[in-house]
Amino acid sequence: MTERLISRRKFISRTAALGCSLAASPLVTPITLAAAPWDNRLVVIILRGGMDGLDVVRPVGDPAFAALRPTLGAPGAGIETGGFFALSQHLEGLMPMWQGGELGFAHAVSTPYRDKRSHFDGQDLLEAGTGMDVGVGAVRTGWLNRMLETVPGVTAETAFAVGREDLIILNGAAQISSWSPDSRMDLSAQGQRILQHLYHDDPLFQEAGNLASDLVEMLDLEVDGDGMDTDDQTERMMAQMTTAGRATRAKSLARFAAERLNEETRVAAFSIGGWDTHRTQQNGIERPLGELTDALTTLKAVLGRNWDKTCVLAMTEFGRTARENGTLGTDHGTAGAMVMAGGAISGGKVYGDWPGLGGGDLYQDRDLMPTADVRAYAAFAMQGLFGLDRSLLEAQIFPGLDMGVDPRILL
Amino acid sequence: MISERDAISAIRFGYGLAADGSAPKAEAVRQGLAGPDLAAVEWPIAGFDVRSEEARALGELRRARRLKEAGAEEVFKSANLEAQLLVLGDFRRSVLRAMTTKDMFRERLVRFWADHFAVSARGKGLATVTTAYVEDAIRPHIAARFSDLLKAAVLHPVMLIYLDQILSIGPNSKIGQSSGKGLNENLAREVLELHTLGVGGAYGQRDVRELAELLTGLFYNFRTGFKFRHQAAEPGAERVLGREYGGPKRARLSDIEAALEALARHPDTAHHIARKLAVHFVSDDPADDLIEDMAAVFLATDGDLMAVYEVLVNHPAAQVPTLQKAKQPFDFMVSSLRAMGADPAGIDQMNRPDTRRQLLLPLQVMGQSWEAPPGPDGWPEAQVDWITAQGLAARIQWALLAVGLFGQELDPATFARTALGPLATPRLVRSVGFAESRLEGVALVLASPEFNRR
Repeated sequence: MTERLISRRKFISRTAALGCSLAASPLVTPITLAAAPWDNRLVVIILRGGMDGLDVVRPVGDPAFAALRPTLGAPGAGIETGGFFALSQHLEGLMPMWQGGELGFAHAVSTPYRDKRSHFDGQDLLEAGTGMDVGVGAVRTGWLNRMLETVPGVTAETAFAVGREDLIILNGAAQISSWSPDSRMDLSAQGQRILQHLYHDDPLFQEAGNLASDLVEMLDLEVDGDGMDTDDQTERMMAQMTTAGRATRAKSLARFAAERLNEETRVAAFSIGGWDTHRTQQNGIERPLGELTDALTTLKAVLGRNWDKTCVLAMTEFGRTARENGTLGTDHGTAGAMVMAGGAISGGKVYGDWPGLGGGDLYQDRDLMPTADVRAYAAFAMQGLFGLDRSLLEAQIFPGLDMGVDPRILL
Repeated sequence: MISERDAISAIRFGYGLAADGSAPKAEAVRQGLAGPDLAAVEWPIAGFDVRSEEARALGELRRARRLKEAGAEEVFKSANLEAQLLVLGDFRRSVLRAMTTKDMFRERLVRFWADHFAVSARGKGLATVTTAYVEDAIRPHIAARFSDLLKAAVLHPVMLIYLDQILSIGPNSKIGQSSGKGLNENLAREVLELHTLGVGGAYGQRDVRELAELLTGLFYNFRTGFKFRHQAAEPGAERVLGREYGGPKRARLSDIEAALEALARHPDTAHHIARKLAVHFVSDDPADDLIEDMAAVFLATDGDLMAVYEVLVNHPAAQVPTLQKAKQPFDFMVSSLRAMGADPAGIDQMNRPDTRRQLLLPLQVMGQSWEAPPGPDGWPEAQVDWITAQGLAARIQWALLAVGLFGQELDPATFARTALGPLATPRLVRSVGFAESRLEGVALVLASPEFNRR
């Protein structure tokens, strides 16, 4: 029972425009889906909590590194790459991808966010894709959504927000779809009609209720019996809820995203949390790096040949302090690293201008100095994948961004 | 029938109407706070002295098991199960207090402040002591001065553990010098960013750092209890927001308290707290004068919370008849149980699997796992964060389940009128009468926009 319930395709369409009626959703008539505007795929993973770029990609060639990281950067602990950088030992599972040129990094990158080092503001700015000039939290739409707005032929299936968390990066006027492993509702057809009636004049509820109904209509085809037996409903709700707890892991999010990307979807976003490693970082970072490994390997496996047309960008709100702190961890910092993967990228290397870690090199004598805006990498990736104009990228998608010189991260 | 004003007050500042359609008078919302805490007497919850001792004992058993002492596995397992049962009992009594009390504003304030000073029961060995933290550090101080509440919450062992303060060592302290260990800024940053000034407040990285140095010395573990470790305290004075604390003498707990008191008194704190109260109780986008008026009284009374609440509940902006907030899942569940007249004894005696299946898991699916907010910033406030397709689907599912368990006898149209009083629209009353079954009709009332707002 449980397996069958969870294996159903359960997705819902979402739009930020309040009051958008059910009739506007292409999912009502699923046969009429338009062809996707491009063949390339972009996956953005938000790494929430502040990933320590200096631990994931260790500048062991920098003479100042060992002193800043006496325990975290212990020589020989990481994976040597034969160059300036070593990779965290917890990335072992991604080494085939690295060797195959399908995994790379950009170092010393940051968003324009500075100084307050708040997770919540930092993530808002990362997802909004704006500069500090407009103010944190002033823009509540995301850069991926603004990108979709500029492209003709986008449908609700083109982009998917995957997982439970609200993804500001996909908020905005362009229609997108969202999916989480545990949306389900059991109500009789009559009950649904009454509910739609009750929600009709309340924009907030009409929106959520219509989409919930959308979901119910799809499920309806497979509902057994009259659905009115309380014990039966209880059973099903419980079965669904117990699986829900396990189903939110990165692997299942990545699997769903890849399945959609093999169909009409071209852009997908989801989050991996757990990077806020204030203490005993070598233990703390193992789990999120494991989830990142699971997510990337699952994407590759499920995407199959489409992996060659895929670029994955994993970005975080800020890096962490250059020095390890007194509790074998690191505190909130500024610049860090971006992870990129996919068959479409030119990997096996670390991009970026290295600012150094010596005296006077650090930002506020504390953090890795940013030498590039992480948005520029995303902008060049989208330019290469989707053929977008530079002027559009610099003015509309990332307002105020100077993309600078193309680092050529795509093949 | 009760007046619209009383109904709105009961929903906005409480957990809604009782099963007989009654609600306290709007003028009396704040009254209960001045009197004794009757709900705590009726549904007792153990304090930290009791729960921390149990946690210590459980820790010993865990160690014994790790050392593979004879019989240790069995003893640990049964003690661990016992501890879980106690936690579930504390949860049920938290629900029962909110569900049965006449003094609803008190219970709402406890949840508000527990969220302002958020900790999570997940991880760091806090699973069995988090309710006790709320019981000891939050509940007794919700009508006191903000500075008292701030000190009680920030200096509580559970907070010290949750935000890593117990690991932070002054780099130039005796322990710091000999062990090479150092600072951890986590608590200091959140005190400034979340607990007092707010992220837009007048502080900088330097203040975070200095406050982190000042906080060194605070220490707790379950075996030795709380103590101020002078050997871990950073020597010398620290300067936070332009004021100096400590000095050449031995570091003292009173310096930390003095810094917290100064932060509690700061105008940015007054605004931050006023805004949070207004956003939580009135509107996602509250009127400026409501915030300004509360902040002014906060400053004029040195943070007397009773005086601030008086402005809040009597303010014209808090009297508007339109309900502008979405009930959070815990509010939704408690107000549903209250409206249906669920049997308190039945909930009190609920066994472990039923507590999990009927209450805890549904809360989780609605998006609000009990005692496990996503981070130290607590739960989101915006309506759109809670009224999502998925969140609403989970509310509807639980409503169908809960009516079967707690409200089988109810008639949909009658229930709409008792649960919402004058706020039940004729359309709602008529519509739910068309449901195919009573159960579904009552569940539709619980799922209605009217019932899900506050």
